Amino acid sequence: MNKRNLLDNLGLWTFRIIAYSVVGAVAYILLDIVVKGAPSIHWDFLSSPPRKSGAAGGIFPAILGTVYLTSGAMLVAFPLGMASAIYLSEYARQGRFTRAIRLAIITLSGVPSIVFGLFGLGLFVLFFGFGASILSGCLTLACMILPTIIVASEEALRAVPQYLREGSLALGAGPWQTIRKNVLPYAIPGMVTGSILGIGRAAGETAPILLTAAAFYLPRLPKSALDPCMALPYHLYVLATQHPSADQVRPMQYGTAFTLVAIVLFFNVGAILLRAHFRKKYQW
Amino acid sequence: MVTNTHADVQVSDLNFFYGAVQALHGITIDIPEKQVTALIGPSGCGKSTFLRTLNRMNDIIVGTRAEGRVLVRGANIYAPGTDVAALRRRVGMVFQKSNPFPKSIFDNVAYGPRLFGVRGRNELTEIVEKSLVRAGLWAEVKDRLPASAMALSGGQQQRLCIARALAVGPEILLMDEPASALDPRSTAHIEDLIGELRENYTIVIVTHNMQQAARVSDITAFFYEGHIIETGPTQTMFTTPTQKQTEDYITGRFG
Amino acid sequence: MGLEPDAKVEEAGGEHPPALRATPFEGGLVGALRAIPFAGGYFRIAGASERGARLFFAACASTSMLIVLLIFLFLFKEAVPFVSKPGLSDLAGTRWVPVSFQHELFGILPLVLGSLLVTLLASVLAIPFGVGAAIYIAELARPAEREFLKPCIEMLAAIPSVVLGFFGLVVLAPLVKAVFHLSTGLTALSGAILLALMAAPTIISIAEDAIRSVPRSYREASLAMGATHMQTVWKVTTPAALSGIVAAVMLGMGRVVGETMAVLMVTGNAAMMTLSPFDSVRTMTATIAAEMGEVTFGSTHYQALFWVGITLLFATFILNMVAQRVLRKYQRS
Repeated sequence: MNKRNLLDNLGLWTFRIIAYSVVGAVAYILLDIVVKGAPSIHWDFLSSPPRKSGAAGGIFPAILGTVYLTSGAMLVAFPLGMASAIYLSEYARQGRFTRAIRLAIITLSGVPSIVFGLFGLGLFVLFFGFGASILSGCLTLACMILPTIIVASEEALRAVPQYLREGSLALGAGPWQTIRKNVLPYAIPGMVTGSILGIGRAAGETAPILLTAAAFYLPRLPKSALDPCMALPYHLYVLATQHPSADQVRPMQYGTAFTLVAIVLFFNVGAILLRAHFRKKYQW
Repeated sequence: MVTNTHADVQVSDLNFFYGAVQALHGITIDIPEKQVTALIGPSGCGKSTFLRTLNRMNDIIVGTRAEGRVLVRGANIYAPGTDVAALRRRVGMVFQKSNPFPKSIFDNVAYGPRLFGVRGRNELTEIVEKSLVRAGLWAEVKDRLPASAMALSGGQQQRLCIARALAVGPEILLMDEPASALDPRSTAHIEDLIGELRENYTIVIVTHNMQQAARVSDITAFFYEGHIIETGPTQTMFTTPTQKQTEDYITGRFG
Repeated sequence: MGLEPDAKVEEAGGEHPPALRATPFEGGLVGALRAIPFAGGYFRIAGASERGARLFFAACASTSMLIVLLIFLFLFKEAVPFVSKPGLSDLAGTRWVPVSFQHELFGILPLVLGSLLVTLLASVLAIPFGVGAAIYIAELARPAEREFLKPCIEMLAAIPSVVLGFFGLVVLAPLVKAVFHLSTGLTALSGAILLALMAAPTIISIAEDAIRSVPRSYREASLAMGATHMQTVWKVTTPAALSGIVAAVMLGMGRVVGETMAVLMVTGNAAMMTLSPFDSVRTMTATIAAEMGEVTFGSTHYQALFWVGITLLFATFILNMVAQRVLRKYQRS
């Protein structure tokens, strides 16, 4: 009996150590970035353009570029993803069409980000002739985060209880009237919070914009959607690997990494908190 | 007590399938106007399924199929080109579990009329009041119409759902065990209400409660394993059923 | 009245007395209830907007299919001239020397091998940690612990890969170099450690789902026979969830194969045929990211990079499809 207890305890602690070591790794990485990055953050760093090819100055154009790329991608992917989710959750019946759509979404979610880059290069940059630009980058990122938004939105729609749909249909409402008046109002919070997770992904992604939108250094801010832009993740990549004196610009690198992580985690933590809030509000 | 007025709903030879499973076999019944028809039978006998064929609510379940004819005031509701929304507006439904929308009391009742383009505040207010009066809820809620419907008691919620159904002006009301989740006092309240609504509406009610069927209905149909075993005036059914199975069920020998 | 829906009703006219169409019905209704304008105008408009809405949403949902088609189409469109010159057989070579004054070589085998090596190493690291953590969170952790652990793991998934790559470059690689006494820390091993971290959240969340969906009755039966909690976890729950766990690992590997920035930054990027974790390697993803910026559009090198992309796309596609099949199987059972 004692030996059994010992074995049990041993097993429990092995699993516990494994689980917490993953958490430990997360904590270590974040702490490293925060501790070494926070000192670089001051108003000048956030508000001025880089000087001496990134060795001095700030990262303002990169922040701005990331904001452009991310919000542009969301502008395209949000409505499209939500509408797709509405179709899948509310209208779709089992059949070849639905199966094909689901297969496509699964496939999209597995396509490597660099392949999205190649695709964006072939279609938006060259075929449509948008060039390496904010527009090309936004559209490429939008394709990439579309499955995330569809899956999150569909989950939120399915969480709305069926009796609300039945009650509305039984009064003579059509499907779209029912969705608009008695399903969407209760699903929208969940759809939005779920989709915010897509924002984090779009903001942090480098590989697709490497081929479609990003420039390491631009003498001026982009004036239109057809201009290329700087972006935080690409800026960090170049500073860390391509800079002639990479070791000396460490503070700039950490500052950039910190800013990027802060933006991404802001959206993620925000989404998690919002989700908890809405779960409490709508308990069916 | 039963005077044979003309039939409001005529069902002939209706078969219904969930995928490959046949849930209703050759249902044929006339449902008379402005009377209460009770559907009784053991659970799983098809009485709720049948009720939901009358406003085509089964349409929303994937893989279902109906064969046969259901005439509502002479029109076959399963004919191609039927406007299902219009049908459901004429054939209202009250569900087993009260399902108020998470909106205010006013907005719950006004939901239907708004669907059909009623926008004027005065008009809406009038419809809401009339419907709530008819559902016997007006006195209790007239001072708190903007309050959430979720705050009402179970019995009040169910009467709100009845008011909501009345607000779109149906001719026929389908009730799927409307009192099964309620306490005895609320149940009595609903039963009284059914007695009053009978003046203006044709009512079809599913119930597993024999006493309730005896109390509220004019006609009773006994369902068993997807068939109608017997239909007749409620008094006759409960005193001198013609079928052995009906008698067994009514006297509680099975089910 | 010449609208389409009406025509339909007319056809079935024999069975449709006017009651179901435009006229207000004669229920025993009080004035106010009658005042609602019935069918006539409203329903036809509603019918049209209902059909319109359905079509609109179906069209939106189809864009996913369109994008997948376009991805395949445009990858091949850019890559296809390579087939006639220098020919597909060149891709099967063992040397990748895309820029040369004498003879350019486009053998993608070292790149495939590099991806394979890094992926396998990462899986070896990620499987015990990912599955172990999933078992702990699903079966052993107290509810409060779970509420703490899950967001932490989600946080790991949120860290951008370029940031992980940066961390790998400045913290992990020097560490690997020191521990194993290497001339450089930029090795397959360093890349694999980072990739294991990236695969972990995927593996943990899907495996945890699989473990939690094992029917309670299995556990109860085992406990009732006198097995301890740990024995039940090890001998009953985990084996029952095995296919889900396998799918989780495969999806995690799919993420690893396609990962670009972290490997680009820490694996050293030497395109050579090696199986040693302590050598520098160059993966397919890193090759595209590093070289696409410098090629002439339309050149042979450019086309070769698209072939690398196609290889990558098919590898992840197959991994994904198999994983989905396994997942569906366990969801059905």
